[in-house]
Amino acid sequence: MARYLLRRLAALVPTLILVSMLVFGLQQLLPGDPATILAGEDQDPNVVAYLRQKLHLDQPLPVRYLYWAGGVLRGDLGESLRVQKPVTELVLEKLPVTVQLASMAMLIAIVIGVTAGVVSAVKKDTAWDYAANVFALWGLSTPNFWLGILLILLFAVRLGWLPASGYVSPFEDLKGNLAAMIMPAFVLGNAFAAVLMRHTRSAMLQVLSADYVRTARAKGLSERVVILKHALRNALVPVITLGALGFGELLGGTVLTESVFTIPGFGKLVVDAVFNRDYQVVQGVVLVTASAYILLNLLADLAYFFVNPRMRG
Amino acid sequence: MAAVLVSEFQEETPARRALRRLIRRRGALFGLGIVAFFIFVALLAPWLAPYDPLATSWSAVRKAPSALYLFGSDEIGRDVLSRVIWGTRASLLAGVVSVSIALSLGLPVGLLAGYRGGWTDALISRATDAMLACPFLILAIALAAFLGPSLSNAMIAIGISATPIFIRLTRAQVLAAKVEDYVEAARALGNPPLRIALRHILPNVVPPLIVQATLAIAAAVIAEASLSFLGLGQQPPAPSWGSMLNTAKNYVDQAPWMAFWPGLSIFLLVLSFNMLGDGLRDALDPRHR
Repeated sequence: MARYLLRRLAALVPTLILVSMLVFGLQQLLPGDPATILAGEDQDPNVVAYLRQKLHLDQPLPVRYLYWAGGVLRGDLGESLRVQKPVTELVLEKLPVTVQLASMAMLIAIVIGVTAGVVSAVKKDTAWDYAANVFALWGLSTPNFWLGILLILLFAVRLGWLPASGYVSPFEDLKGNLAAMIMPAFVLGNAFAAVLMRHTRSAMLQVLSADYVRTARAKGLSERVVILKHALRNALVPVITLGALGFGELLGGTVLTESVFTIPGFGKLVVDAVFNRDYQVVQGVVLVTASAYILLNLLADLAYFFVNPRMRG
Repeated sequence: MAAVLVSEFQEETPARRALRRLIRRRGALFGLGIVAFFIFVALLAPWLAPYDPLATSWSAVRKAPSALYLFGSDEIGRDVLSRVIWGTRASLLAGVVSVSIALSLGLPVGLLAGYRGGWTDALISRATDAMLACPFLILAIALAAFLGPSLSNAMIAIGISATPIFIRLTRAQVLAAKVEDYVEAARALGNPPLRIALRHILPNVVPPLIVQATLAIAAAVIAEASLSFLGLGQQPPAPSWGSMLNTAKNYVDQAPWMAFWPGLSIFLLVLSFNMLGDGLRDALDPRHR
């Protein structure tokens, strides 16, 4: 176990270094002098001079990268020129909102996706299977910002059941928080539910034709026990890995969802930074998201290691 | 009779067999039909659009769908149908061009990694892992933000973000193909590595790439709409489904038709590419029969 963990951790190092190079490289895409562009529309000469010194623009590219990477290792992701705050502080401020949204979306996706996948596999080639497949295609093809607008129209404007936008902290008003987050969470989780449905269905179909399921049936166990205890438990092994990776994708999807529902999270931070040309914030967010994704990937591998007895050997 | 059947069966090329299987799938045919419809609309946009998509009319602000404006009008009196028709061009162009960029970068790099192996493969694979670590949309947004907002930069950003998937897929296919007997035979005959890679391996890795490209077009259409929705794609007043939805979200209660039609168009185009991709996978991959 320790050897496996060490090997996986060692494999992360080159990936993290390359991700940091990629994120640093984004700055090189800016046309012209980065300091002038990063200083924004005002291009205050003092700000330009400060940036030139802070970003070490008089140094060669590899040296600049080392300065930047050194800062990142100390937790310094740069400074937002618009809000005049460290990017790390901004990210940490917004992250809990996004993590709540992504967690709720994941829960909704698991409930809908796994249930639909199981039903679809058990009732293969029936109307249930057909309906579940149509649902998956629908989920994969619907742009979530459009779905968000349609749900706002129905549940906020027409029926008046839920707020159209905004955010309340769960520590202030839990009921209000859930009311504000349920629609965005459904919108965000919808596409991932479709992905989970397809994977669960395919894994269940494979497991249902396995010898041990046939044996369980031959022993006279009820169909419910066969499906839930013998088939589903084994079919969920690959789905766990997918779930951890999907969480990273959901973090990326929050950009649009938070923009539609005006939720002050991580995604909205990126959009505002893009509009304000606050490039250091954009870089910081990409780096944090990619690092979170790599970490989730590692956790998925470890979870797979624990739940799959064959890997533990 | 049997001899004729056997001879027909033997003469059937892989492409013809795939086409025969594709035609049997109703979902794929439906997808193909809708894709063809959108291509037709994009090509004939100047003749199909009832109005100039940029022409404003202060007497027709936010008019509900009627005989005069079939899909209604927007916040400055532009015809929504005409803008949806012209917007087809941006979406289709973004889908095809970004996937072409991803393919033209991913195919040679994946071929090189898979065929050369060793350090070349290790380096390319780690770089691919690093790119795949950034969620597709976040990377596309970051690239588009740094390149500057425009449709062409959005296509480049989406294309670059989609490249690692093609590198990984091509590499995996090449690794499987290069140990096949026919490649060994080509090597034994003294063919140079470049010729083996291009003439013997490449044709055999193409089918899964076609499937992936079709599904990637669906993802690219959504990505372009997302970037335009965020103001990083097609710039106003040029029509694009994503930017139409961005404006429409401010008028949901007064003019819901402004959001309905562009969203439905994105949904249908993406759905059709997904259905076509699923059908192609079934037709080209014997394991999915």
